[in-house]
Amino acid sequence: MSKQVLLIEDEPNIIEAISFILSRDGWTVKTHSNGADAVDIVKQRKPDVVILDVMLPGKSGYDILRELRNDPDVNGLPVLMLTARGQTKDREIAERAGCDAFMTKPFSNADVLETVRALAAK
Amino acid sequence: MPRDTLTGSRIRERRVMAGLKQSELAKRADISASYLNLIEHNRRRIGGKLLVDIAHALGVEPGSLTEGAETALLATLREAASGGDMPEAEFVRVEEFAGRFPAWAALLADSQRKVETLQRSVEALTDRLTHDPHLAASLHEMLSTVTAIRSAASILAEPGDIEPEWQRRFNRNIYEDSARLADSSRSLAQYLAEADSEASETNAPQDELDGVFQKAGFHLPALEKPQADVDAVAADLGQDVSQAARWLLRRVLLRYRADAERMPLAACADTVAVSGNDPFAFAARFGCDLASAMRRLAHLPDDILPDPVGLAICDGSGVTTFRKPLPEFPLPRLGAGCVLWPLYRALARPMMVHTEVMEQSARAAARHQGIAISQPTGPARPGEDVLFESHMLIVPEPKRDVSELIRQVGLTCRICPQASCEARREPSIMVASAPRKL
Repeated sequence: MSKQVLLIEDEPNIIEAISFILSRDGWTVKTHSNGADAVDIVKQRKPDVVILDVMLPGKSGYDILRELRNDPDVNGLPVLMLTARGQTKDREIAERAGCDAFMTKPFSNADVLETVRALAAK
Repeated sequence: MPRDTLTGSRIRERRVMAGLKQSELAKRADISASYLNLIEHNRRRIGGKLLVDIAHALGVEPGSLTEGAETALLATLREAASGGDMPEAEFVRVEEFAGRFPAWAALLADSQRKVETLQRSVEALTDRLTHDPHLAASLHEMLSTVTAIRSAASILAEPGDIEPEWQRRFNRNIYEDSARLADSSRSLAQYLAEADSEASETNAPQDELDGVFQKAGFHLPALEKPQADVDAVAADLGQDVSQAARWLLRRVLLRYRADAERMPLAACADTVAVSGNDPFAFAARFGCDLASAMRRLAHLPDDILPDPVGLAICDGSGVTTFRKPLPEFPLPRLGAGCVLWPLYRALARPMMVHTEVMEQSARAAARHQGIAISQPTGPARPGEDVLFESHMLIVPEPKRDVSELIRQVGLTCRICPQASCEARREPSIMVASAPRKL
């Protein structure tokens, strides 16, 4: 069975592009676009890797990550954070919240692919 | 003790004003022209009988030769020096510098003010970048769109076959996203252009307000008429300032108008004739509060009050909201002044008058009386906290021997020479040895 990525992102065309790249690489890609119930979706799906955008409707990516880290069911899940602002401050907040990898938009497809592979291999 | 080395410059100025040649004045004062030349160029210190003789020959008070209006200039020069790594030996020669190279000193002071203004606008812009929600949202939107375009474009650009259906989809996405990007970048550019013109002068609004009064003077005849229109006067005076400064200006003018209504100019002239610049007499005569009386005195014209008084108003946080400095009692352009001023001490005990004779230690020659009171800004309402603001009237005091204590105060800590001061909140560049003592 192929490994599963859950992409939590609200920008449809980014979802489409990332889904395409990862699917072509052999991943099963599930997507979700709302922050409010993102934690429940993660717990339901139990993916191998989560790609999490910071700016989501309903709840911020940082808050979602903190909740995941405090939940014994899913606290070991590898998370890649995406943010549109590349300030060191954002990276700090993300790292403190417990992300495994961090990427600033605009990123390259190759980097996303490489990072997801690396996270899954951990 | 800072020594005054500008006396020579003032002698020269007075002599030129009087149309006297150097040799003529030298003869009248019974000294050689070359010695007078050295004095006028601040190369020789002068005092005692010779000073009195020269003053007599020029027909002026000796005091007018030893006291001048350079305080603000010197304060700015000290500020400039504090930014650099000025050796103390050079630093103490600031007055000599200002005296011997007045044009260079004025240029340096002007540059210093420009630097401060620029620093402030950089801070304001940084602030805007960090906290402006509209800017953050548009940048986020643009970066997201760029990300989508980049991802889709690189999928299409990569070698290898892509099914025609996916090709069409990514082409369409790129097309849509590029249109969105064009829109959002246009609106961002427009927003930045508007924000830019709004802050055209990039000055703090309070600075702009000061500028308005520097230009128009503190007495505004247009507000003294019975049918005065505050909005018209505000529009007229505030035509070149930012919206924020106009808001401040209107607030000051509304108060001015209310004070003028309660204390008509003719009655003010009568009161000054009887009791001079005494704010208590004003308050008693017009049955008004002391702060209003202080403001009225500060806005009186020269023909009624020939020796102007200064005024500083601060809110409960200590931030200056109005300032009318005097030549020898400057008020800081940025931040708060010396915490020892009665202005600030009044905040701790509202409705209690604090009166004190002060010497700003940066300039030992000048003595001023500060009269301060902190009053509620509005009416008392049941169950509601009252906000306070403090007023301090600054009245020049003649120098004479008095038994009462003269409080040594500063302008701001950074340029204050008081070696030991409990109120210090920032090291001074004028007491370089102080940290070593600790």
